[in-house]
Formats: sequence, structure tokens, C-alpha cells
Amino acid sequence: MCPNFLNIQQSKNFKQMKILGYLIQKEFIQILRNKALLPLMTILPIIQLIVLSNAASNEVKNVNIVVVDLDRSEFSRLLNRKIVASPEFSLVATPYNKGEAVDYIQANKADIILEIPHNFEKDYLRGEQATLQILANAINGQQATVGSGYLNSIISSFNQELLAEIPAFQLASKKVSSNSIIVASRNWYNPELNYTDFMVPGILAELTALLTIILTAMNVVREREIGTIEQINVTPIKKWQFILGKLVPFLCVGLLLLTVGLTAGKLIFDIPMEGSLLLIFGYAIVNLIAVLGLGLLISNFADTQQQAIFVAFFFVLIFILMCGLFTPIDSMPKWAQYATIPNPLAQFISVSRKVLMKGSGFSDIKLEFLYTFLLAIIFNTLAIWSYKKQE
Amino acid sequence: MIKIFWAFVKKEIYHIIRDRRTLLILFGMPVVQVLLFGYAVTNEFQDTKIDILDLSRDKVSFQLIQHIKSSGHFEINQVLRSEQQMEQGFKEGKTKLVMIIPNDFSANFYNKDATVIQLITDGSDPNNANTLVQYASSMIADFQQERFQQNTNPFQVKIETRMLYNPQLESAYNFIPGTIALILLIISAMMTSLTIAREKELGTMEILLVSPLPPLLIILGKVTPYAILSFIDAVLVIVLGVFVFNVPIVGSLFFLLAMCLLYVVTALSLGTLISTVSKTQQDAMMRSLMGLMMPSMMLSGFIFPLASMPVILQYLGKIIPTTYFIEILKGIMLRGVGLNFIIFEIAVLTGMTLFFLLMTWRNFKIRLE
Repeated sequence: MCPNFLNIQQSKNFKQMKILGYLIQKEFIQILRNKALLPLMTILPIIQLIVLSNAASNEVKNVNIVVVDLDRSEFSRLLNRKIVASPEFSLVATPYNKGEAVDYIQANKADIILEIPHNFEKDYLRGEQATLQILANAINGQQATVGSGYLNSIISSFNQELLAEIPAFQLASKKVSSNSIIVASRNWYNPELNYTDFMVPGILAELTALLTIILTAMNVVREREIGTIEQINVTPIKKWQFILGKLVPFLCVGLLLLTVGLTAGKLIFDIPMEGSLLLIFGYAIVNLIAVLGLGLLISNFADTQQQAIFVAFFFVLIFILMCGLFTPIDSMPKWAQYATIPNPLAQFISVSRKVLMKGSGFSDIKLEFLYTFLLAIIFNTLAIWSYKKQE
Repeated sequence: MIKIFWAFVKKEIYHIIRDRRTLLILFGMPVVQVLLFGYAVTNEFQDTKIDILDLSRDKVSFQLIQHIKSSGHFEINQVLRSEQQMEQGFKEGKTKLVMIIPNDFSANFYNKDATVIQLITDGSDPNNANTLVQYASSMIADFQQERFQQNTNPFQVKIETRMLYNPQLESAYNFIPGTIALILLIISAMMTSLTIAREKELGTMEILLVSPLPPLLIILGKVTPYAILSFIDAVLVIVLGVFVFNVPIVGSLFFLLAMCLLYVVTALSLGTLISTVSKTQQDAMMRSLMGLMMPSMMLSGFIFPLASMPVILQYLGKIIPTTYFIEILKGIMLRGVGLNFIIFEIAVLTGMTLFFLLMTWRNFKIRLE
């Protein structure tokens, strides 16, 4: 090849890059010009991050209880006092019949009823299996189980106390073998089971994905709706330049949001950062490119912004539900677990958790890297392919 | 006037029907959401992968491992050789729990000396870690009980637990009302805010405003088709809940639908309110998504219990209309209560709706800037 030809080639490449540079510049100007959108893109997600990270816990901290004490004996009062003293329960009322108590649950003022029957003390002293009744509002099954579990453990410790305190029982209590296996549990990476440590990276990943996918999904179709896309179509801009020109600015927005979010997480919630931040950002770039590719793909196929939003929203909703943030992926059925592989959000959350909390290195997250990389290539190739300069 | 109004509604319906994809999403979204909640998104777990570090390696420890395996909740990923291997499984995310059986396990077990089994969990998912420990410890206790048929002590308090409204503890009972509330909000609020912002962005709003129709009728005409659409969706979710997931409707169906209608009005008024303050569709979208959807999803008690949140968030939850609507839905559908039990929630929801309508009324500009 003669050097002259190479030179032409080089200057051509340079020109192409310059065109791309202008496109990116144009996009940035448009983003920065929109005064209404800018705060919505930056401040609101951070507020959300702070608020929602606190909201998202499945812990059951406060159970409203109604105690129906039909026995009114020394034992029943003791049990009552134990319940009031426990931090998990707050006593709402102590009505004298069950109907009234059920009304509290009907009106959703109470979550659980404990009924102490007539002759509870007497039956107990006779060794006739005194029975207590628990009625739990089980519309939320998980909470009902945890709540009645708390109450069960209070009652059983009440039982132990009775056995220990009353001399007549002490003989009997000796027969009960003490628990010979002690289960000691420790939680690695998060010894105090801090919920925010776990939620902040997840919600951050979710907000970033949500924002970028919707912004890009609306972007191309907006140009089409307003008609400015025709002006671009008549220029010699190549397909890949157009797509890259859309991708790079929003990649920057996503990375900015991630940086601000991580800083806020560190400053406000003191989230752990065990692993390398470089790894997180490296992965985030691949992930964002995949998500943006999907957004652009949606945008290419949509006719109106409304349509683009709803298609994007549809995907985002599925991604959020299936990403392992609210319910662990391990509890899903097998088919659903496989369905999380092409979900960029699930991959992001898995990586952020591994790297930030466990300090995993590259070799531990290579699978996520691979999947996301493939997704990025597939979505972006499709986005370039589906963008048609002629209608 | 009525005739013009209907012509306007018809125009709007044509707009909606013409856009097949959005229509597909509008009906597909509730179905997919309900099915995902019903089949994929659960807190119950099975076949969780755990590692075991068995330092004892004898018959009893082997039996314990078999016992753990037999439940179907746990699957043994790997039997470890030394403590050095524990961390690798966690880091790769292949294991969620390591059970360490001490080397003097069987000797102590039969002598009834205390022996400590350690459970180490992956605390990076606290919810999961908690549940796993609970399950594992109750299984170990079971194992112990099986080994020594403990002589029963007559002085025992027996506990009878009854799960009201949902004896099978089906998760559908919880998510069907939440899904209805969310879907109604998405369609009514988001769609209307977008559709009005779209007219503004394209400039067709000006044409409508100079037409002889009063502005109030324009807005009514725009929201009516969406009200119908979202109402159909609500019915769709209820039907799915009843026939696919066997969620009962204990209370009056008519009352339930009337309440859905009230909430549709609330959501529509919110949607128009958003559209009055936003200039472009992007703007309207961001506002309704960030300001409406996310808080309604997280702070309404739909996914996470409100009572366990910090106090400030509980107050925030109380100003979200969805919170009250979900409460009303659960009351009518599952607890079968009448008006007198949920009068407070209904009053609050009505009050909020009136407030939003008033705000919209004041913010709505019939002139161009």
C-alpha cells in the first residue's frame, strides 16, 4: 500500500471521529439545556436512593397485638406482662370477648390476637395441657408466620419460667433434657445484617438502569416525532455514528449518577466497599452499554414516545421484579432462575453485591462479565441494524 | 354538548386503539405482573445451595447431613475439607450458608454435652440470611428430637395457631390487591399525564383550546377512555386472582368495583395534575415515574411492611393514596368488611382526590404562554 493511500484513510477515520464528536456534543447540549429534566435526572434519584434504602426491609419489627384474657389469673397476667415488655409487640387493646378482638383485626388495627381461655391456670396446674389460641392476620403470610413465631417463643420462655420457678415443677423440669445442640450463627460480610448495606447498591443499580433505559428509549423516537431525525437522515452520518452518538452521552449520565450515588451511599449509609472500585466501574460501563442498547432498540421500533415509554417500562418492571433485590433469585423456580441470565439488572446487582460487600475479584464475577458483554453486543448490533435511514 | 363530548371521547379512543403496541402492553403488563408475582417472585425457597464443613466425619454427622438434605429446602453444593475453602463459595456466590460440624460432635451428642454447630451465612443478603438460619436451626432441632424421643412433660402450654383469612399462607392474597393498585396508577396517572403532555409537545393542544369545547370537557374527554381502560385492567387482575390463584372475594363485589372507580378518579386527577406542570412527555414521564410510581410501590406497604419502616417513612407512606387504596382492597376482598370498618380510609382517599382535582383546576391554563 502506498503511504499516500494510508494518509487518506487516516484522515477519513479522523473525519468520521470528528462527526461522532459533534453528535455527542449536540446530545450533551440538548441534555444540559433541558432545565426541567436535569434535576429530575440527578437529584430525584439520589433522594429516592436515600428514602427507599430505608424502606426496603422484610424485617418484622412491630406487631400490633390484642390480648383476650378470659382467665384473669396470676399466670395470664404474667404472660401479658411478658408480651408488653417485649420490643416486638405493642399491645393495642385487651377486650373481654373474642368478637371484639376480631373486630380489631377486621379494621386492621391489630395483626395478631392471643386468647387466654377460662381455667388456663387451673388446667396448667393439673397438667391438662392448657391451650392458648393465636389468631393471626395472614393476608401477608410471611409476616404472619414471623409474628406468630415471636409470640410462640415468648410463650415457650414463659413456660420455662413457670417450670423453673414453681418448686413442684422442678422435678418434672429436670426430666426435660436440655438442648444439647447449640446452634451458633454468624453472618459474614455483614455481621449485623444491616439492610442498607444490601439495599443501597441494589437500588442504585435499579435506578441507574431505570433512568438510562427510559431516557434512551424516548430519545430517538422523540427526534422522529418532532421530525428532526429527517435532518440527520439526509446527512452522510453513518448508522453506527448515530447510535454511538446517542449512547456515549447517556453512558456519561449513567456513570455520573452511579458516582454520585455511591458517594452518597458511602457518606450517608457508610456502605462497605471491600473490592476494587475500578472493577465496579469497569463492569458498570459494560452493563450500561447493554442497557442503553436495549433502550435504543426499543426506541427504533417505537412510533411514539408514549409507546416507547410503555415498552421500556414493561421491560424495566420485569427486570426489577426478577433481579433478586426484593426476593432472592435462589427462591425462584428453576426456569425463572435461568430467565434472570439475560436480565442486566440482576447481573449488576449480583456484581455490586459481590464486589462491594465480599470483595470479590475479577475471577469471581467473570460469568456476569461474559453474559453482560454478550448482551451489550447483541442489543447494540440490533440497535444499529434496526435504525433505518430511509423510511 | 353531550354529542360533541362523545365525538371527542371517540377521537381519543381511536388514538388508543390505533396504537396496537401500547394497547398490547396495557393488557399484557397486568397479566405478566400477576403471573410473575404468582409463580416466580416468592420468599419461600427450595434447593438453596449450602456447603458443609464436616470435621467430625462419622455416622451421626452423616445422618445429620442426610436429614438436612431430605427436606428439599437445601441442596449440598460441596463438602469442604478445611476452613480455608469456606470463603471461595461465598465469593463466587455459589453457596449461601456453611454449616460447620465440630469434630467432637457425635461423642458430645450422645453424652448430651453441649456441642456447637456453627452456621455461617452470606450476610450480603440479610433477608435471605435470616430465613436460612431459621430453617437450618429448626431442622437441626428436629434431628435432635428424632434421635431422643423426648419424654413429654405434662406441664406444657399448648399453642393453637390459626391463620385468619389466608390459612394456606398463599402469597397471592397479598400481591393481588397491590398489583391492582399499581396497574391502575400506571395506566390512569402515567398514561393521562403523557397523553396531555403529548398534545402540548406536538402543538395540538392549541388547536383543542381554540375549539368551542370548554377546557373542562377537553380534559374529561381525554381521561374518560383511560378510565375505562384501567377499569377493565382492574377487572382483569381480579379475574386472574380469583380463577388462577384462588383468591376469594369475601366482601361485596359491587363495593369493590365502586372503590376501584374512586381510585381511578384519584389516579386520573394525579395524572392531569402532573401534566399541567410538565411541558414535554419526557418531563411528565420522569415526574410520574420518580414522584409517583416508585414511592407508591415501595412506601405503600405493598412490598415492604409499613410498620417496620423508620417513622418518617411511615408518615410519608400515609400521604400516598395507594396506601389507603390497598387497605380498602384488602378489607373488602379478603376480610370481607363493610363500609363501617374502612370509612376512614375511604374518607381520606376521597379527600385526597378532591384536593388533587382542586389543584388541577387551579393549575390548568387555558391560555398559551
